[in-house]
Amino acid sequence: MKIDASKPLEYSTEENSNKIFGFWVFLGAEIPLFATLFTVYFVMVNRFASGPSASELFKIGPVLIETFLLLSSSFTIGLAIHAMRHGYKKAMMVFMAITLLMGLGFIGIEIDEFFTYVHEGATLQTSGFLSSLFVLLGTHGAHVSFGFLWGAGIMIQLWRHGITPATANKAFIFSLFWHFLDVVWIFIFSFVYLKGLM
Amino acid sequence: MDLDKFKVHGEPLIYGAMVSIALATIGILVGLTYFKKWGYLWREWLTTVDHKKIGVMYILAALLMLFRGGVDAMMMRLQTAAPEMKFLDAQHYNEVFTTHGLIMILFMAMPFIIGLMNVIIPLQIGARDVAFPRLNAVSFWLFFMGAMLLNISFVIGGSPDAGWSAYFPLASLEFSPTVGNNYYSLALQISGIGTLITGVNFIVTILKMRAPGMKLMKMPMFTWSVLITNVIIVFAFPVLTVALALMMFDRLFGSQFFTMANGGMDMLWANLFWVWGHPEVYIVILPAFGIYSEIIATFSKKNLYGYTSMVFSMLIISLLSFLVWAHHFYTMGQGAMVNSFFSITTMAIAVPTGVKIFNWLFTLRKGRITFTTPMLYTLAFIPIFTIGGVTGVMLAMASADYQYHNTMFLVAHFHYVLIPGAVFAVIAGFHYWFPKVFGFRLNERLGKHSFWWIVISFNVTFFPLFFLGLMGMTRRTYTYSEESGFGPLNMLSFVGAVGLAIGFLLLVYNIYWSTRYMPRDTTSDPWDGRTLEWATHSPMPIYNFAIVPTVQTRDALWSAKQDNIPLYDDKKITKIHMPSNTGKPFILGVIFFILGFSLVFSLWIPAILSGIGVIVMLAFMSFDRDHGYYISAEEVIATEKKLKRGETV
Repeated sequence: MKIDASKPLEYSTEENSNKIFGFWVFLGAEIPLFATLFTVYFVMVNRFASGPSASELFKIGPVLIETFLLLSSSFTIGLAIHAMRHGYKKAMMVFMAITLLMGLGFIGIEIDEFFTYVHEGATLQTSGFLSSLFVLLGTHGAHVSFGFLWGAGIMIQLWRHGITPATANKAFIFSLFWHFLDVVWIFIFSFVYLKGLM
Repeated sequence: MDLDKFKVHGEPLIYGAMVSIALATIGILVGLTYFKKWGYLWREWLTTVDHKKIGVMYILAALLMLFRGGVDAMMMRLQTAAPEMKFLDAQHYNEVFTTHGLIMILFMAMPFIIGLMNVIIPLQIGARDVAFPRLNAVSFWLFFMGAMLLNISFVIGGSPDAGWSAYFPLASLEFSPTVGNNYYSLALQISGIGTLITGVNFIVTILKMRAPGMKLMKMPMFTWSVLITNVIIVFAFPVLTVALALMMFDRLFGSQFFTMANGGMDMLWANLFWVWGHPEVYIVILPAFGIYSEIIATFSKKNLYGYTSMVFSMLIISLLSFLVWAHHFYTMGQGAMVNSFFSITTMAIAVPTGVKIFNWLFTLRKGRITFTTPMLYTLAFIPIFTIGGVTGVMLAMASADYQYHNTMFLVAHFHYVLIPGAVFAVIAGFHYWFPKVFGFRLNERLGKHSFWWIVISFNVTFFPLFFLGLMGMTRRTYTYSEESGFGPLNMLSFVGAVGLAIGFLLLVYNIYWSTRYMPRDTTSDPWDGRTLEWATHSPMPIYNFAIVPTVQTRDALWSAKQDNIPLYDDKKITKIHMPSNTGKPFILGVIFFILGFSLVFSLWIPAILSGIGVIVMLAFMSFDRDHGYYISAEEVIATEKKLKRGETV
């Protein structure tokens, strides 16, 4: 495998740079996916039938904690990649671990939120509005959960093999994914929660 | 567990299908064991990551599905051949037209095109493989398992029966209580993920792996069409993913997306479906345009006329394809303003398409035309497709559409577009590139016989439907009275369908005959081709090109032959890196199949287990440290010598 030393490790081989480009294209596909889910939500938001409406359901507290956790984790994954570029394996692992723990915290709060909703009688079956809310949030949450498992897998490989062109490439692609989830959350926070609370 | 759900009752046809599926399965298993081919099958095909073999498997699956969908078509034409026929009952007629549409579009046209894409694109751009060979195998197995899942529905549990567009509320649990539409949502979902991965893979392959010197505006037209098609795939398929997921939630978990009460909105489905569905039409037709462009240039011995306008017309078509979806339901009451908008965008598509038609005609002008089988299909395509296009513009006019909507006129229109636009193209491409993959041509005489059968019978089958539609016969009608007067034209259409079946059987016979008797092709360039795929041996070695070619002009090989522009910068043969075979994509596909099947029947425990299985397989694939192997320079040189002597390797 030809390694081009003038480029960062994660771009250093042709295969690596193809993988990063391919992942950008994949994120290009994630945009219409979430755009469709948002569209469905906006179509459904006032169709709450006999169930609760958005303003009756949402509480700002847990949402702020979720937002704080996810936005901070986007910062720490950036720090992890920064450490990777300098070859600091230990720092990189620590920052990745912090990232994943914050992701886990996010998922925990989201699950708790879902339980609360269902406890209040707001379920997937209640109304078109709630169906679209659960599926939009659930798809994002499923991405974060998948990201948690994926990130953990990459950490094991980093721990075993150190920072190599292969592991650096994986970690970098994972960071792209994680940033993307953050961007989606900003939209959810603004256009689902804040708008719903108004 | 309620075993009754799995059974399909009644019909002798169903029992016939069950017996034939069972016999075919036993036949394959016994045959493989008897000829000791299990190891061969596993090593050479199930675990392969070679783009050529994956392409061949796609095409084989597509041919199988062509016959499955063809049998559906024959059953429908037989049932409507005369008034008050008793061949199929209403329920089975519903299932048959639904699976016919699904199979022909998603499991015949798409995989056939993706198969040709797989075989040809890396060769045409001078690459050794696609960007992600293992992911390519994942794509294939997901498509294949999705196709199988839909196919078993006919005998286990019942097929989807709400039309290929599965409009709600008809497709909801309330009005379609069988598992048929569960199959719909899951089979399409699984194969759709495969298609999306293909899209990503080929965009990267074409943008990043072209031979040195091949700038974007020097790419062969087929490569251009495939690039644009894959961009459409990447933007359109996620919408289908969401639509199918919401359908699954509605049917399995009782959500309220498309229901009639509790705030659901049935029209949401129609919109989501066609936001994907209309670009889907161009996903199957744009590569066909690419294939025709290659064939016309080759057999007219001329450069393609208007290369730049060809590229731009495809770009414009791809953009417009996302802006026309509501023309599928003008009559559903979205108002005059919306209908006018979609009417105009729809008619606008005729402009870039017309540009392409004229470019092909100008390429033919003063060309030295040879009438080979692929060229005949191409020449037949131009007028037939134009009829399809013009009737499309008729349908595009919203106010007039109220007359044609959901009549046989529409059925005739889209067959006039899709059969010359996709089926003729893949058959033409199949004849054209067959010698590239197998090293011998298909017999021309048999090829022309099947061409005339297919092209004449096609018109006999579908032209009467225009008139039936204008007479008021609605589509998806399983029978009609004698007084309606629909009988004679339907009978004519049935006669045409029999002719089509004969044409396709001749095509298969041609493959068999040519395999046995056609002389091997020693030139590796039997058609006097223009593009890079003809610059290597036929069949090509696993590494495609011993030396990566350099490109200076649009038709690189043609320039090399005519003007002695060198294809190779006198480079030495060096060692070649190749990906290793792996069984993981196949196993992943099998687990997806089990997951899909369990969800269809709401078997939660197997569903959860296979869901975990998918994640475990993905982890295995991530932890895999096999980074492929090298073929040494000596080995490449030895292989090249053998191939030059005409031996197989």
